[in-house]
Amino acid sequence: MIPASHYLILSALLVTIGVIGVLTRRNILIIFMSIELILNAANINLIAFSRQLQDVIGQVFAVFVITVAAAEAAIGLGIVIALFRNRETINADEIDLLKG
Amino acid sequence: MPTDLHYLAILPEIITAATGIAIMLLDPFTAPQHKGRLGWLGVAGLLAAGVAGAAQSGRTMTAFGGMVQLDSYSVFFRWLFFGVSIGTILISLQYLKREGVHHSEFYALVLFATTGMSFMAASVDLILMFIGLETVAISTYVLAGFKRSDPRSNESAVKYFILGAFSTAVLLYGIAFLYGQTGSTRFDRVAEALSAQGPSAFFLVGLALLLVGFGFKVAMAPFHVWTPDVYEGAPSPVTAFLAVGPKAAGFAALVRVLYSALPDMENHWGDVLGLVAVLTMTVGNVAAITQSNIKRLLAYSSVAHAGYLLVGLVARNELGISAVLYYAVVYALMNLGAFTVVVIWSGAGETRVHLSDYAGIGFRYPFLTGCLSLFLLSLIGIPATGGFMGKVFLFAAAVQSHHVGLVVIAVLNSAVSAYYYLRIIVIMYMQEPAAQVPSVEIPVPAAVALVLAALGTLLTGLYPSALLDLASRSVLAVR
Repeated sequence: MIPASHYLILSALLVTIGVIGVLTRRNILIIFMSIELILNAANINLIAFSRQLQDVIGQVFAVFVITVAAAEAAIGLGIVIALFRNRETINADEIDLLKG
Repeated sequence: MPTDLHYLAILPEIITAATGIAIMLLDPFTAPQHKGRLGWLGVAGLLAAGVAGAAQSGRTMTAFGGMVQLDSYSVFFRWLFFGVSIGTILISLQYLKREGVHHSEFYALVLFATTGMSFMAASVDLILMFIGLETVAISTYVLAGFKRSDPRSNESAVKYFILGAFSTAVLLYGIAFLYGQTGSTRFDRVAEALSAQGPSAFFLVGLALLLVGFGFKVAMAPFHVWTPDVYEGAPSPVTAFLAVGPKAAGFAALVRVLYSALPDMENHWGDVLGLVAVLTMTVGNVAAITQSNIKRLLAYSSVAHAGYLLVGLVARNELGISAVLYYAVVYALMNLGAFTVVVIWSGAGETRVHLSDYAGIGFRYPFLTGCLSLFLLSLIGIPATGGFMGKVFLFAAAVQSHHVGLVVIAVLNSAVSAYYYLRIIVIMYMQEPAAQVPSVEIPVPAAVALVLAALGTLLTGLYPSALLDLASRSVLAVR
């Protein structure tokens, strides 16, 4: 049996990649993909803990998270399309109408 | 298989969700000029849910396998959220028509967000809390971008979405650690496991990530940077809703988590939140001074007020939480009221949102400016308004628990805030008006919301005991 720590290391790596992606990438779609990486890292954690604890709640939680992430993706892409129709850009640096 | 479902415990949420779905279903059968009727249906649904909630007050029960708890605390916040949503719909009815975006999804989304907020306050399980939070977040992302042909609204939605989704992911990663270290997502079992085994390093990481996630949601410094942009670009009634509803819901859930699930950790989170409170108040107030757009100014003011609310949390006593509940209500009244004036005065296309657009209108529109002045005075914390009593309770609680330094900083901050709030009043009454003062009509539903908010602000200031009693009875369920 693979120990839980291996999964935790994997998820920590995914979170790191995700956070770096959010902070350094300028394309909104890639930022969004990086956020999905963090969500999935959390899912891996939940499931690893669920197996370690022999407790089903973690898996139930992960299923909820997947559902929520799907809803979020649908809304997010809708918002990005609305933005692209008006501005013809999805570069985060060019989205600068609002500042004070 | 849990047998204790108890659907009655979530009857108000069932009503709000069902009304939202009904609005979506009736939308295709409603002529464009009658969309307002669906808004009134939303108001009726919220009133019905409020009555259903009132019928349950005084009862305590858990439902759905210990996920939802019906108690005086959840009832208190339900009423607040239903009131906020009714106010939002009242000020949106005319606004949506004026801006040419009268789609009834708006009302449905407000109702769905209300359902989520209500669940956030009632949840005693990390899973439900997370789902409630996401229900609110996803509905409000759409609301922020509701004027979909307006690039500013698009931009507001994108920024809100990216930062919101990121904070959700961080929050979830933290929750996963809390679950892994305690073996349960239920608040009471988390607390039990914690007092039995003490915090591990993983647990502390989880707690830190949880606080960061909530920090984004309720706009605590240094996680507040999205607030001004999102509030400026979103349609004004949505800004009013965002500043009041989701923020109060965030605090409702935060109080529940910290006091029900993590009471043994209070020295850890108490100190951190103390620092964050100082930072949040100071950053909000200092940044607000230089703003020239009233929506941005109120956005920074809402950041500062999150800081005042945190003072009540840091106090870690019963008066502190009662004061948070009290201030949440007062804050909702005065902020909704102030934004209602902004909505009415901004005119078609929201062109008049600059402070100079308010020059000299004081005596031309005595009703609008009188109400706005009252709300601004209450936001400063002038006696005889709800804002004053709210701050008295918050600061008294902090003094009681010997956080005198924190209170001194908070009072100094209130003094700073007086500058930019009073500046608006000076501009309205003492400056020369523009050559041609535009004429605005005050729609009746918005006027009703304005009068109710003004009465509420005055009543909570003059007779604070009734609301404080209710608030202090409500916190017994948490502590």
